Amino acid sequence: MTSLFSKFDGTAGALGSLVEAGGRNPFSVVIEKPVSSTVGIIEGRETLLFGTNNYLGLSQSPRAIKAAQDAAATCGVGTTGSRIANGTQSLHRQLERRIADYFGRRDAMVFSTGYQANLGMISTLAGKDDYLILDADSHASIYDGSRLSPAQVIRFRHNDADDLYKRLKRLDGTPGAKLIVVEGIYSMTGNVPPIAEMVAVKRETGAYLLVDEAHSFGVMGERGLGIAEQAGVEADVDFIVGTFSKSLGTVGGYCVSDHPELELVRLNCRPYMFTASLPPEVIAATLAALEDMAEHPELRTQLKDNAARLHAGFHGLGLNASKQVSPVIAVTLEEIGQAIVMWNRLLDLGVYVNLSLPPATPDSRPLLRCSVMATHTAEQIDKAIEIFKQAALDAKALPAAA
Amino acid sequence: MSETVESVSALIIQKLLANPKVPRDIDGNCKIMDDLAFDSLAVMNFVMEVEDSMDVSVPLDKLADIRTINDLAACVVDLKNKG
Repeated sequence: MTSLFSKFDGTAGALGSLVEAGGRNPFSVVIEKPVSSTVGIIEGRETLLFGTNNYLGLSQSPRAIKAAQDAAATCGVGTTGSRIANGTQSLHRQLERRIADYFGRRDAMVFSTGYQANLGMISTLAGKDDYLILDADSHASIYDGSRLSPAQVIRFRHNDADDLYKRLKRLDGTPGAKLIVVEGIYSMTGNVPPIAEMVAVKRETGAYLLVDEAHSFGVMGERGLGIAEQAGVEADVDFIVGTFSKSLGTVGGYCVSDHPELELVRLNCRPYMFTASLPPEVIAATLAALEDMAEHPELRTQLKDNAARLHAGFHGLGLNASKQVSPVIAVTLEEIGQAIVMWNRLLDLGVYVNLSLPPATPDSRPLLRCSVMATHTAEQIDKAIEIFKQAALDAKALPAAA
Repeated sequence: MSETVESVSALIIQKLLANPKVPRDIDGNCKIMDDLAFDSLAVMNFVMEVEDSMDVSVPLDKLADIRTINDLAACVVDLKNKG
């Protein structure tokens, strides 16, 4: 009998050698207890968290915690239904109105996760004769959305507006709408796209544009609306997709748009229709976190300063860290073995970051993906830089001092 | 200008051989993922290079049916003829 599981033999082998090389399974780290937004207990020790997406620290917002408690007390803890059946309470509509108003858009759809927001919007918007034009380094949720869509899918070179143009021009004369999909900040590398150039291509070729602001919402732009706001191109973005699970510290996804047809998307979008809606306490916490974010623009200033501090620290050590400054700073290593040793040493010494291995990385090299928070103190960042130095020396990722 | 499966296959092999990690004895019947040990991302990135040389776009869903170098060449020729 053919084993159902033989397809995982490769994964089993890779995981086995990972654990053997470093002593831990990097994909089963448990945060035993969050102490604050920046510190968690891991393996019984206080560990600095530099591998979350909690950019503004709002997962621990007292206002959001209180709102969640109150909502659970008055509305219960779940909806037990989908948005189009029994799963829409007034809180869901309230959040959709609030998020649409915050972006200055006509309407919003709220999904149960950010992954589902991309899966739902991309698969529903692009139909049989249409074309999806994706950045090569797109998040898995974008690729999965494209697989669920019957459209033809074309990749263009990462962050390359000329390449996007070339690939769209090849489609000249083909029937079907074209939807370009890019991200505000790429989650593995912290790379930021030349969005104004991409908007120019969109205009010239008559395509539509969807921007996934999952990692840039709360981070970029004067009001924290993301890369489109920062670059002043909001009017040219047809659909903004995002998540509540990063800067707002809760969970859930959304799409905002001025296209009135968004109402019809609701009735054609399977990842929206066939899943349970967000529970009331999550909606209430998200609304509260949004108030926090709106009232405290200084969180964004602090985040930028912190990102610049960690970025400069890594480059000062001579590490191959991201070129651009953003709250996502990736340290690229040459060999997987080195990355495993360094990641384990970091955790031994009290810093948690994300280990990213190919093919989940853009090229064939491994990354240590770090993320900065507004709530990190200068001392925590400096300590993390010190620990990175030690771990890099131990992993021979930096030459030993003469 | 008309490409044949043979000429495109030769061009693909030439491009593959530019990568020192690729075995030297490949031919059109080699399976790209199995014989060349390319992962899914490496295949997509390599196809992008072929797309640029041939000035054609290969939609991702077509890749699912491509196993060998000759399959890729046939797909490119087919797309060129349609264009």
